[in-house]
Amino acid sequence: MRKEQALLFELGAPGRRGCSLPQPDLPVKPLDELLPPERQRKSALKLPEVSEGELVRHYTALSTRNYGVDSGFYPLGSCTMKYNPKVNEEAARQPGFAFLHPCQPAESVQGALELFYRTESYLKEITGMDRVTFQPAAGAHGELTGMMLIRAYHSSRNDQRKIVLAPDSSHGTNPASAAMTGYKIKELPSDERGLVDLKALRELLNEEVAALMLTNPNTLGLFEEDILEIAALVHDVGGLLYYDGANLNAIMGHARPGDMGFDVVHLNLHKTFATPHGGGGPGSGPVGVKEHLAPFLPVPLVEKGESGYYWKDDLPLSIGKIHGFYGNFGVVVKAYIYLVMMGAAGLRQAAADAVLNANYLMERLKRSYTLPYDRRCKHEFVLSAREQKKKGVSAGDIAKALLDYGFHPPTVYFPLIVEEALMVEPTETESKKTLDRFAEALEEIARLVEEDPEHVTTAPHTTPVGRLDEVRAARKPRVCWEGDEKSD
Amino acid sequence: MSGGRHYLPLTDAERQEMLAAIGADSVEQLYDELPPAIRLKDGLKLPPPLSEMEALAHLSELAVKNRHLREYPCYLGAGVYDHFIPSVVQYLTGRSEFSTAYTPYQAEISQGLLQSIFEYQTLICRLTGMEAANASLYDGATSLAEAAVASCGATRRRKVLVSRAVNPYYRQVLQSYLQAREFQLEELPLLKGETDYARLEMMLDDETAALLLQQPNFFGLLEEMEGVAEVAHRHGALLVLSVDPISLALCRTPAEYDADIVTGEGQALGNPPSFGGPLLGFFAARQKLLRRIPGRIVGETRDNQGRRGFVLTLQTREQHIRRERATSNICSNQALNALAAAVYLAALGPAGLREVAGLCLQKAAYAREKITALDGFEQAFPGVHFKEFAVRLPGTGERLNRHLLEHKIIGGLDLQPYYPELGPAMLFCVTETKSRAQIDALVRALEGWS
Repeated sequence: MRKEQALLFELGAPGRRGCSLPQPDLPVKPLDELLPPERQRKSALKLPEVSEGELVRHYTALSTRNYGVDSGFYPLGSCTMKYNPKVNEEAARQPGFAFLHPCQPAESVQGALELFYRTESYLKEITGMDRVTFQPAAGAHGELTGMMLIRAYHSSRNDQRKIVLAPDSSHGTNPASAAMTGYKIKELPSDERGLVDLKALRELLNEEVAALMLTNPNTLGLFEEDILEIAALVHDVGGLLYYDGANLNAIMGHARPGDMGFDVVHLNLHKTFATPHGGGGPGSGPVGVKEHLAPFLPVPLVEKGESGYYWKDDLPLSIGKIHGFYGNFGVVVKAYIYLVMMGAAGLRQAAADAVLNANYLMERLKRSYTLPYDRRCKHEFVLSAREQKKKGVSAGDIAKALLDYGFHPPTVYFPLIVEEALMVEPTETESKKTLDRFAEALEEIARLVEEDPEHVTTAPHTTPVGRLDEVRAARKPRVCWEGDEKSD
Repeated sequence: MSGGRHYLPLTDAERQEMLAAIGADSVEQLYDELPPAIRLKDGLKLPPPLSEMEALAHLSELAVKNRHLREYPCYLGAGVYDHFIPSVVQYLTGRSEFSTAYTPYQAEISQGLLQSIFEYQTLICRLTGMEAANASLYDGATSLAEAAVASCGATRRRKVLVSRAVNPYYRQVLQSYLQAREFQLEELPLLKGETDYARLEMMLDDETAALLLQQPNFFGLLEEMEGVAEVAHRHGALLVLSVDPISLALCRTPAEYDADIVTGEGQALGNPPSFGGPLLGFFAARQKLLRRIPGRIVGETRDNQGRRGFVLTLQTREQHIRRERATSNICSNQALNALAAAVYLAALGPAGLREVAGLCLQKAAYAREKITALDGFEQAFPGVHFKEFAVRLPGTGERLNRHLLEHKIIGGLDLQPYYPELGPAMLFCVTETKSRAQIDALVRALEGWS
């Protein structure tokens, strides 16, 4: 049985330290003179006291209990877990990028402004939009920004709209972002094709509708082929069309949201443009808009003038700021070098390979699992384990069983419109051999469901810990360590 | 030839084999359902691709156009700080099991991240004196805005009172977030660089959800906050403090001011300034507000064999479960920056963090004394300073910074755009990274300038 990994707070000894600092090189004043006693910290500062070696061993041990894209296949649907090039890290780490202060005079950061400007040019061409802001720090932050832009646009026309439509298959961030901008959400049903139900859309559309939020391809991995008609319907009632860029990887270089009629687009640089996800972040969620929304963009924007690049602050209709500074610049550097190296043909090939990989896996796996929407998919597809469920094995169990085969599982229980959903996104950076091995694992699990379901429902069997009790965690939350748990 | 071939493992032979397996003749056919009108006929118009060697050279060319902080001593603060980062921080956060992972949804193969986040949450609680913390938010500005929104939710009120001594960038973000929800934002004025608490009682009413303060404030002043929480609480409002985590090694904690929510910028803890991002928003609160906290939270539990383990918990607050009724829309956060902060705090330990804070205090005091002794440079405000201080200038800040740049120094923040009422003024920040020789050089460069 594997042992528990000690917490930082259980390591070390009083007086031990993990770092050295210089002695003061100037006359030192008594602390009380600079900081009156009543402004001083009263409680003890209980931080770990460990040596540098102990610290390195602790985090190295923790890293061995974790799984990243570098560890193996990570077909987490809607997350585009493609390989993260190492040159990206080297580029972003240079002191000329990493050690810049955001408030430096523009003339001392011309290279950084140029990088923003050049990346914007790439993203405008890829999306077909007219302007891009990099302030949003993640996809959901981009959605929030996009919805603020939409709100500002309608307000500027003295048009107070209250409703935002989002498909029943949409990411949870869509309704949550619309709600954070004060909109009421109406759910748009999907039809039997797994696409937007046009009849329902017509019924829901009226002059109260501020926008429709759409992912294309959608979260079933299916391209909304009626997109031009959808755009026309939404625009006819004065609404705007919002593009959730989570699934852009499928269509880069093949089609552009701007040409489909979208007014606002957010991208996820940590998905589509190969920057690492960092175990949950940092991401980057730039937002692109068509000309008619550009006056509302957050300040500042980068402009190119006669004497170099500069920050443009003077946007009287701007929604203001949505990040303390300019967003996750370090992530933008990584995405930029990826774009520069891929070029137009490379991006187009990447999208095509992502789609080919997904279709190849789908075609094979639909023999062992239910494929509720049997159409050509784009970069991802959604299986249902509803037949396995009848044998007492859920999608969640299947995900846990995959852990024993050394794979990260697909996204489970999403989208909500598929029962026992398993959402698979292989990406373009996986070989056919990896896909075959993954398919074999899922096929073997399907066989086990028939022959030995308990093996699956008790999985995983080989991971550092067994199944964890989530109910217990939520019932009596312990989110901060206060010493050993009292027996209960 | 197309770029990035080394990221694409499929060979042409394999592509053909796979197309055959799915019954398609060509890759183009995989896009058949796209309306012809939107299919890109001629491809994207982008520059020709570069090899790795060429791309790195191109990026270096851009980087050398910047004057960075390891080259020119920099006296900017205002929310992003130049503190020393021990080598272990970059080394450990660079481990790809952490850096190339997604959000730890699959707990059994994510114990490394989950435990490290749990430890980070604990470290933030110990610094601030709060009982609960989340796994991170985007930055100090958005964490303050989220705190305001959470306060409105918790109190069912629609007005927020913010001090004018709070970072102006933060107030701009706050304004955007609150305006979108049609929550009201009012500003508590300044008196000698500090929040004018004499006005507090008058401006708080039974519609006020929260009082938002910064400690040390934007001008680096440690405000006298004794009794402020009591006034806010008497009106049913929450006290939200935005704090500098380094200062908490020496300064009174938010808990000791009886704050309800604590937010702040954690970049100073082991993360480079990175031109303002990625940063690290931290968010901590009293236990009673646990279910109002936005974003990911890791909790302790047991596995099926009784061993300690960690999971994402209280997820019913979050967007992927609660959708439009979530406490926030946040999904991706700043996990790797939080990991850096945890490694940093563990490397420094209590003694190291106190030394860093002490060096900031001493060096900033030394610089302040020297600068304000110069003709034409006056200390803008009396009071207790931590690592930043405002100085009234004999000429505009913009011009002064151009002058300093010629001396290979990045000066402080020109305050005029944010506080025109001060006249020409500059906010200087001095941390442990500045040597006495560098500070003396700054003083010499200022001497005689007007």
